[in-house]
Amino acid sequence: MRWRFLIRRLAMLAGTLLVASFVIFGSLYVAPGSPLAALSGGRALPPGSLQVLEQRYHLNAPFLAQYWYWLDNALHGNLGISITLRENVSTLIASRIWTTAALVLYASVIIALAGIGLGILAGLRPGAVDTSALAGTALTAAIPSFVAAIVLILLFAVRLRWFPALGNGSGLLSDVRHLTLPAIALALSSLAIVARVTRTAIREEADREHVQTAVSRGIPARQLVRRHILRNAAIPITTVTGITVASLIAVAAVVETAFSLNGLGSYLVQAAQTKDLAVVQGISLVLVTAFVVVNLVVDVLYALLDPRVAAGARAR
Amino acid sequence: MSAPVSPPVSSVIPAGAGTAPRARRSGRLRRLGAAGLASAAVIAVATFAAIFGPLLAPYNPDLPNLSLAWVGPAGGHLLGYDFQGRDVLSRLLAGAQSAMIGPLAVVILSLTAGAVLAVASAWRRGATDALVSSGLDILFAFPGILLAVLAATVFGAGLIAAAIALSVAYMPYVARVLRGAALKERNQPYVAALEVQGASGTAICLRHIVPNMMPLIVAQATIMFGWAMVDLAAISFLGLGVQPPAPNWGVMISENEVGVLQGYPLPAIAAGACIVAVVIAFNVLGERLFERAQAARI
Repeated sequence: MRWRFLIRRLAMLAGTLLVASFVIFGSLYVAPGSPLAALSGGRALPPGSLQVLEQRYHLNAPFLAQYWYWLDNALHGNLGISITLRENVSTLIASRIWTTAALVLYASVIIALAGIGLGILAGLRPGAVDTSALAGTALTAAIPSFVAAIVLILLFAVRLRWFPALGNGSGLLSDVRHLTLPAIALALSSLAIVARVTRTAIREEADREHVQTAVSRGIPARQLVRRHILRNAAIPITTVTGITVASLIAVAAVVETAFSLNGLGSYLVQAAQTKDLAVVQGISLVLVTAFVVVNLVVDVLYALLDPRVAAGARAR
Repeated sequence: MSAPVSPPVSSVIPAGAGTAPRARRSGRLRRLGAAGLASAAVIAVATFAAIFGPLLAPYNPDLPNLSLAWVGPAGGHLLGYDFQGRDVLSRLLAGAQSAMIGPLAVVILSLTAGAVLAVASAWRRGATDALVSSGLDILFAFPGILLAVLAATVFGAGLIAAAIALSVAYMPYVARVLRGAALKERNQPYVAALEVQGASGTAICLRHIVPNMMPLIVAQATIMFGWAMVDLAAISFLGLGVQPPAPNWGVMISENEVGVLQGYPLPAIAAGACIVAVVIAFNVLGERLFERAQAARI
């Protein structure tokens, strides 16, 4: 029955992606401005080459047929050509995707370690530790990524000179150095949310009767925390961590722009400003796919941790 | 009857995560506590600035004077000048308007649409509920910022396109939280009693179910105002929202980011501090309101 849950979720994923691709293509299809003018870059072209363009991009085909051509090409890894850079969108995406992936991964690790760690600490130690963690996370949860970015640049790049302020690195070690401040900026507010949820989950679990029973049975504190509190608290913690990590995929665009990183998100923003439709479509499709897949993984993890979820889905 | 359903994934990010319920004290305002009162005060100041900001601004917020670019606080200019030599304090005051009105529009639009969908699907259940749920599931696939970038590509950069895009992106979150509450309300015996008496569905929803959900709706609106302010400022920071030279907190950060690198961080930091202060205020107040809404339900 686990399998049926997984298959059902995979079918939902495919359906969502299909509709999402339709929305992405359709919304940009209705965008004002003729695609021919965009393709020619505003220059007047002889009628012959206009016809060639029309044929190559199926511009005279009905809307649904055009959508089909686009989707078919996209599934074969061909996302069209960037108007401003005159290059394959797939190639452009491939050259930038690792910066974004590394950034999101780096931030996710920070969130998982620091956020959950802080939450467990605050949950298990009521009093001064807990109060300061609560106050601190209330502040950091409200700091938007781009505000965190300028503060981090000011402190650690301009004043202390520990990290470079802007741009990508070259080579692994330099990449990590260049991505450290962006990853912290990206992680900061999510980290606070994860810490707060973790703290609440730990606190609730520690007050349960089965934990009280375990305490009275004389089970050592270390084992009590690991086997009796953390295992049950893991369900909300996994969920909130997964959701916040998924949300980083879109927010990465803001951080990449703030730190002038050469990633997918900053490229998407540039493409939106120059109305480079093929690029906007391609990157949107990649980002939505990543977002939906991460959410699927979270749901599956959630079902593995809490068997009631898969059972409930079946009963519905 | 439906099986006990696990909490919807999105609603697990609790607005009221943290802080245990406090002892009840008398007095409407005192129940908010010191932090709640301070938050209410910050929100009041921001609202005042949003309404009267352009009148309060001591100098013309749009008048550049390049010879004063990056000059620090001096002689009546409390926060100094920005990269074009415009008075920073005046720009902050004038920028409060677009910073506050955008989130307000997002909250109103997404809450209205979300509440209508939630109550309708809780009331009719069955096919309507299934249709609404699967439609919302698809919307969940679009993060707010991505939707705003798409909207900016289609309609051109601007606050209105960004606000509409964010409203659409927030709607499924609102609808999920409110649907649960509406469903609980719909199963109350008084609703069945009203139905037996022949009250129409619309009347029951509008006169009884929605008013009973009001504390939750207000709490949700407060929390969402903070999210919307962050996201809208981010979109303006990206150059896809409010367009320079119009004063706006998000725009001020992006246009003065260079100053941070060159050793003149005050203009960008001041604008960032305004955003953070208002967002904290809405978060804290929203959490308090959530606690009270939940305490009232038990």
